[in-house]
Amino acid sequence: MTLLSLKNISRRFDSTPAVADVSVDVERGEFFGLLGPSGCGKTTTLRMIAGLETPDSGTIEFDSNDITNLSPERRGFGMVFQNYALFPHLNVFENVAFGLRARHKPRAQITQQVTSALELVQLPNYEKRRVDELSGGQQQRVAIARAIAIEPALLLFDEPLSNLDVTLREETRGELRELVNRLGLTAVYVTHDQEEAFALCDRISVMMSGRILQTGKPRELYEHPVQLSVARFLGRNNLIRVVRLSSSKSAVGEFKTLEGDHKLHLPIRNDDLAPMNKPCFLAIRPEHLLITRTNVRSENVLPARVREFNFAGATTSIKLDANGLQLESLVLEPDSLAIGDSCFVTLPPERLLLLNE
Amino acid sequence: MSYNTSSRLSFTRSPRLFLFLITGVVLLYGVIYPNLEVVVTSLQRDHQWTLANYREALSQSAVLESVLTSLGVSTLTVLFCALVGIPLAFLFERYSFPARRLFAVLAALPLVLPPLVGTVAFIFLCGESGILSRLVQSALRLETPPWSLRGWTALLLFHTYTMYPFFYVLTGAGLRRIDAGLAEAGRSLGAGSVQVLFRVVLPQLTPSIVAAGLLTFMTSMASFSAPLLFGGSVRVLTLEIFTARQRGDLELALTETVILAAFSLGALIFFQRYEGTRRFAAAAMKGTGRRLKPITSGKARAAAVVCGVLFATLLVLPVATLILVSFAQDGRWTTQTLPPAYTLANYARILTEKDASEVFVNSLSMSAIAALAALLWSFCVATLARGKGSRVWKRLLSLLVLVPWALPGTVVAVALAEAYGKPSPLLRSYVLIGTFWILPVVYFLRFMPLVVRAVQASMEQLDPALEEAAGSLGARWWRRFRRVTLPLVWPGAAAGTLLAFVIALGEYVASVLLFVPSNRPVSIAIASELRDFNLGAAAAYGVVLMGIIAVSMIVAARFERWRS
Repeated sequence: MTLLSLKNISRRFDSTPAVADVSVDVERGEFFGLLGPSGCGKTTTLRMIAGLETPDSGTIEFDSNDITNLSPERRGFGMVFQNYALFPHLNVFENVAFGLRARHKPRAQITQQVTSALELVQLPNYEKRRVDELSGGQQQRVAIARAIAIEPALLLFDEPLSNLDVTLREETRGELRELVNRLGLTAVYVTHDQEEAFALCDRISVMMSGRILQTGKPRELYEHPVQLSVARFLGRNNLIRVVRLSSSKSAVGEFKTLEGDHKLHLPIRNDDLAPMNKPCFLAIRPEHLLITRTNVRSENVLPARVREFNFAGATTSIKLDANGLQLESLVLEPDSLAIGDSCFVTLPPERLLLLNE
Repeated sequence: MSYNTSSRLSFTRSPRLFLFLITGVVLLYGVIYPNLEVVVTSLQRDHQWTLANYREALSQSAVLESVLTSLGVSTLTVLFCALVGIPLAFLFERYSFPARRLFAVLAALPLVLPPLVGTVAFIFLCGESGILSRLVQSALRLETPPWSLRGWTALLLFHTYTMYPFFYVLTGAGLRRIDAGLAEAGRSLGAGSVQVLFRVVLPQLTPSIVAAGLLTFMTSMASFSAPLLFGGSVRVLTLEIFTARQRGDLELALTETVILAAFSLGALIFFQRYEGTRRFAAAAMKGTGRRLKPITSGKARAAAVVCGVLFATLLVLPVATLILVSFAQDGRWTTQTLPPAYTLANYARILTEKDASEVFVNSLSMSAIAALAALLWSFCVATLARGKGSRVWKRLLSLLVLVPWALPGTVVAVALAEAYGKPSPLLRSYVLIGTFWILPVVYFLRFMPLVVRAVQASMEQLDPALEEAAGSLGARWWRRFRRVTLPLVWPGAAAGTLLAFVIALGEYVASVLLFVPSNRPVSIAIASELRDFNLGAAAAYGVVLMGIIAVSMIVAARFERWRS
């Protein structure tokens, strides 16, 4: 069931559009991500959901009520800010109790709710501490406790983990997901970190230049990006410039690469994607390339030369040169290949994705 | 990622309207109407529009000369102050040596010395019959005093003494803002230290230095007590306005007022433009703090300390003289170098005689009223300036707020006298001039910009996300203000209010034009004691005033420390 619904919202700052015609539906109980490079409008979108900005056009509905012009203090959404925005003059208890006091809750209830919120974020007995005595990770937890203490109808996160170091970030990520699950909350999470979004979110909207390019489950986005820019942004991709040779009627498309002059074949799912003789792109993930020493008899095998090795622990990236066409392959074992070696690289047809510019 | 937008954390409609109303009324009554009235009157004669007043004023050689003199004095003042203040700022911000902090605090001392008190102290110290000249006279067995404290030299000496802190304080602040990493980057790219100074450090300091120069220029144009007491034949514009009014030549006074105001406002507009560009220095703030370079060589260390002591003595000497003279028996000090006999009678008189002690009550209460009103009003202005609204509108608001501060005290007083000395369309039959309230109003107008600045600066340091967080947690505007904004802004606001209070305590320039028997302030009492040659009593007033100021400043410093 749809809980939050953005309908064609737009926002400009001094004539530069920050968010353009964005529509999103968030289901109840969903952990929803807004993913995009910095400056893509994801934070502005989140701030409009929070009520901290007003859209120039479009509507925001929550639980079937129009909240577009409702002020933030009346929305009852919890928000975790990028820099946490803890009140420096208040101690941990008072920070977490802030929203409850604003709701004029009885004292006993406040104490009880603050205590349990702090327990949830694993900071029991930190009530009396000053916030500037806490480490970054602890401040982060206080910010989360403060947001969940008000039992928010919706929880908003603005890159909450970006100020933490890598190990802490991954640890907190897991806890955060578990916490939101346990409380049965609906969350909207803004990040520029693809890995973080994939790990946390049930569904993700990829944003670029103020627009949503694609919305879907992490796996869908990764395996079937519908646009070149999504393919480019999410993970590594070999993007091969090609021209279609076969007629648009045939079910198997034949393509010629602009670099290296190779012929590639793949099954065509949607004909109008690639008209004949018009340049387009074929995308294939580095982990889907197969490297062999000898020529295997199958489709899309290109002779290549090893150009570069990049050892990265669990995987190794191998850069290949196939007659001028630069390809990257990701393998677990580099198979005793050396720089300068000749080899064959296979591009499995079912892994190739046809994309337009 | 942060967006430079005013968030839409809303007020409920009514308080915002209320703030608008208060701000608008104060600006209309205090700034727009009186100054407009002056300009309009100066452009009229017998209710006819004419430039006759200006033609006449500018055809008088005395007026022309006073304009040129004012400009000349101010330009030279800026030059001398820069020569003293900038090197001093480098010394204190870049090097460490024994007692650096003490000297650094002392260096800002003249900023809080009321101009009139400073002037009086200067006369006692280096006037014709001052302690220094008597010392030289008796040492060299001269017939006559070795110098007279009159004219250009005296004026420039005094101006440099009282105004170099603008350069010292602003350059120091600028130096602190500069990312030390930039200078290091410059060095690593092969620039020598001189090259780094001129190509990296000074360009970033330019806004601070220009701002200091404009401030000094404005203050010097407005200077009144010093030219009055030892300007001698140097006739500056403020003095001309004062004497024209005393003569009863109101039209000339008004015309001269407009001329003076034009220069000050010109400087203000430049000042505002440079204020804006100061941001680029602050933008590069993420970086390493600079470590003070210790002066290690023994000789250099000794030289630095000797210089420091010498400099501190120079700074403290006028004040020390004032204290000494305040204990002198009036009438007994004739030809001796130092007063021969000491007494507490001066203090006893000013603190017990009803007429004499009343001026303290007057000054304290009027300054307190003005400062508190300024504090309340500043929150209105700062909140409006922070909220949504077009940039043009906000610029206009901050310009209007700064106008009474940029205008010389003489101009503010003349404008108020002109606007409210007779029944006016704004106040109907109520005549403000001649009542007790005129001085609190003048003090408020002249010094509220300081408070507005302090409150605005504190609010700018406030992370907007804090208020947004409070909003998202369900707090309405009043709770957000009371529980988040106020506690965080309070120390800075209180320090600014105390500063305004302290400066109002010693106000003389506008008071002398507007006071009435029921609100005689301390400064007027000092001037009249001086006129009657009760030097001891004048000094005693000055010392008590400085005492109150010192206590207030210590409290203000506490607030400042609290903030950080």
